[in-house]
Amino acid sequence: MKLKLEEVSYIYEPGTPMEVTALYPLSLEVNSGEVLAIIGATGSGKSTLIQLMNGLNKPTNGKVFCDGEDICGEKYDRRRLRGRVGLVFQYPEYQLFEETVLKDVCFGPKNQGLSEEACIERARSALRTVGLDESYEQRSPFDLSGGEKRRAAIAGVLAMEPEILILDEPTAGLDPEGREELLSELISLRREKGMGIVMVSHSMEDVAGLADRIIVLSHGHLVREGTPREVFHDEKTLNDAGLALPSVCRVLHLLKKKGLPVETDALSVEEAGKRILDAFAAPSRPSSGLWKKGEAE
Amino acid sequence: MSIIRTEDLKYEYKVLEERDGEEKERTRSALKGLTLFVEPGEFIAILGRNGSGKSTLAKQINALLQPTGGTVWIEEMKTSDEERLWDIRSTAGMVFQNPDNQIVATVVEEDVGFGPENVGVPTEEIWERVEKSLKAVGMAAYAKSAPHRLSGGQKQRVAIAGVMAMKPRCIVFDESTAMLDPVGRREVLSTIRELNEQEHITVLLITHYMEEAALAGRILIMNRGSLMMDGTPREIFAQRERLQELGLSVPQVTQLADLLREKGLALPAGICREEELAEALASLYRPKKEAVQ
Repeated sequence: MKLKLEEVSYIYEPGTPMEVTALYPLSLEVNSGEVLAIIGATGSGKSTLIQLMNGLNKPTNGKVFCDGEDICGEKYDRRRLRGRVGLVFQYPEYQLFEETVLKDVCFGPKNQGLSEEACIERARSALRTVGLDESYEQRSPFDLSGGEKRRAAIAGVLAMEPEILILDEPTAGLDPEGREELLSELISLRREKGMGIVMVSHSMEDVAGLADRIIVLSHGHLVREGTPREVFHDEKTLNDAGLALPSVCRVLHLLKKKGLPVETDALSVEEAGKRILDAFAAPSRPSSGLWKKGEAE
Repeated sequence: MSIIRTEDLKYEYKVLEERDGEEKERTRSALKGLTLFVEPGEFIAILGRNGSGKSTLAKQINALLQPTGGTVWIEEMKTSDEERLWDIRSTAGMVFQNPDNQIVATVVEEDVGFGPENVGVPTEEIWERVEKSLKAVGMAAYAKSAPHRLSGGQKQRVAIAGVMAMKPRCIVFDESTAMLDPVGRREVLSTIRELNEQEHITVLLITHYMEEAALAGRILIMNRGSLMMDGTPREIFAQRERLQELGLSVPQVTQLADLLREKGLALPAGICREEELAEALASLYRPKKEAVQ
């Protein structure tokens, strides 16, 4: 499945004194099987952008195509689209409402018009995917821990069997263990079901480790698109967009400032470790340029 | 005198549970006999997995919840003393997770003045406090702005100013950075550090970010309603396996330092700040530098 956004823009309350442009024209493709991360400061247009992807909002200008079909076209079945492109909002656990976890997860497929049996089957499979076993099915969703609630809510979207899953800040407010578990589940969704994942995140560390591709939004403009290595190498764009480098990158930059001949392009702890060890193992006469720079600071 | 003291603090609550069509009442224990001393001016981070009792503890400190066993003192006041409720709440303020749920007025300065006005502070003094509080969080330039036009980090700083205007001696931050972008987080954290260092406000920071906890002077770790660990960031983050058992982790910086130590670099255990690691590495590197010259 391929989602294609063509020159889409979004203006809130156009033609009124309250008019605000949330997104300036941008083009973007999302494919099943890939992990796309969207990063940007608060108010940069991330949430507006993902709401265009499943037809929840209609772009003010431009078009959104799903496998070549215009999703804003008159005959297009947008209800079906929302099953194929699942959207998990921020803090989705606030939207849990049923008496039991199983009933809650059945809600989506039920709305898609599936039989009760089929709904339960889908719900069970979705719950297993997010790591909640049978013992959770009859419990009240309000009785679960924060991480479990989050996963139950995500299962509610997975039960509609989307081909692309969009998540807005999926790990916010989770403890390290819950964050770790959720991220590895997302990876397996992509690997085992070939699902496309679009993730809005403020955690540069998560994004660096997970994404195939990153786009950077700043004040409604798409200012950078590339692999994590490309994007995190572009410190200026990140700073201008109100973002930061992953923690291990910042350590490497600090070392470079102190005059160590270290490469700064690492994305993970392991890579950063290798860069530092390389610097320590480098021939004892480093390039003079680096030394002078270090001495000056 | 400790600014916060808890003695054998317990909190139990009842839940209704449905099993096989039958409703049953069960007692859950969120805090299981916590004894804790916090001294004036401390900066303490509280860590623990979801459901470990951190927020319940926070709510006990400003009397939003009452103990079902044991006692909580804020300075000399018992939180169970209803007559002192407002004194307790203005001594120990609280900042929550979502900035949008904490702002009540349509102009920043009015929002900040809302608390003191409610407790009958004279108008003159309200304005003084508003001005001073907004300055303390670096938001003085936005006094006349509409809160909804601010960024998440700015809104959270306005919420902090609102608490500051009550002249608290202690502030509890309950995951106050969880919803912010990296810049917003940095803004709020540096505000918290300044309040602690310059205004000598005692800080309790509840967080899931290990990097934030590394900024504190002391870390408390909770698990299933009990206090499991208590120490400096260095002492705590040197115990990686123990932390993992408790559903926590160490900052990436600590992971990197551990990896380098395993590979033979003579780094001390428990390094948890970026500058700290960079400095330690640079000093290890120096002998070679001298040999070159």
